[in-house]
Amino acid sequence: MSNHECVECGAVLSLPQELLPNEILPCPECGAELEVVALEPIRLALAPEVEEDWGE
Amino acid sequence: MRIAMIHSRVRMEEKLLLGAFKERGVQVELIDDGTLVLDPLQPDPGWLDYDLVMQRSLSTWRALHTLRLLRAWGVATLNAYRTVSLCSNKLYTTLALAEAGVPQPAARLAFSASAGLRALQELGYPAVLKPVVGSWGRLLARLNDRHAAEALLEHRHTLGAYPHHIHYLQAYHEKPAGRDIRAFVVGERTLCAIYRTSTHWITNTACGGRASNCPVTPELEALCHRSALAVGGGLLAIDLLETEEGLLVNEINHSMEFRNSIEPTGVDIPGAVADYALALAHGGAA
Repeated sequence: MSNHECVECGAVLSLPQELLPNEILPCPECGAELEVVALEPIRLALAPEVEEDWGE
Repeated sequence: MRIAMIHSRVRMEEKLLLGAFKERGVQVELIDDGTLVLDPLQPDPGWLDYDLVMQRSLSTWRALHTLRLLRAWGVATLNAYRTVSLCSNKLYTTLALAEAGVPQPAARLAFSASAGLRALQELGYPAVLKPVVGSWGRLLARLNDRHAAEALLEHRHTLGAYPHHIHYLQAYHEKPAGRDIRAFVVGERTLCAIYRTSTHWITNTACGGRASNCPVTPELEALCHRSALAVGGGLLAIDLLETEEGLLVNEINHSMEFRNSIEPTGVDIPGAVADYALALAHGGAA
């Protein structure tokens, strides 16, 4: 586990060891969806908003 | 064995699929669709080495374009371009199901507000207005009467971009016990199904619908089989309505989300998908 800050609310997040690029992590404190945009070093950003053609 | 997965985000579904492949000794290569630069005139040799490319983009348009290109290059994909092109457009799905004689709700297509109102007169109220391309219950509208229809159609023409000027209208069917059915098809086999229950008329789990196990009856299995064949098979989530006339196929989703359906059904959906994909990648009938 490693600690990183939520880019939205500053909460300290405990990140799992095995992260994947583009993985989505919800912040347990503010609920923001965070995207893993880099692994070395780990960098988090707010995940993009849903676009109109997104879906299943 | 080389398998790639094109994705936008790595959601729970992608992680579960990656885990299932890993358990089977296959390390899937992730390809972020946002980073792609593709030359349509020059097949990239890197792509030609893949035995199978799984398309899991969130964006329908990105999925369609990458799949069309990969088809041109002769790269095997899951799902296939034809399947995604049919399932991503509600009119195309309707036509494919009609050609296969699959029962479905009555529908109309109209391109202007006045024609939309005429179509609604034919269908009767309430009716459902859907974008021809859309998902997750987004922009669905239940039109209870002509006043609501007039307002909504005017709004779509005034505020919407041109795709919103295509009105796909569908007869509304009251859902018994507030539920409909989602069936998961892998290949042509109905793996499992859930009831999606909600107090809202939209039962999508993305909108808060609750998932519970739905037994796969012979009727459900047969209908899903015909529906899957109609759109080319692959990995499909088929939405069905229970009506007095029997089951009707409402929609077919080409990039299924299943995180909420593993626990209630007790079925290892990602494992079944991985097995199917590996059989395809080996070049055999899955």
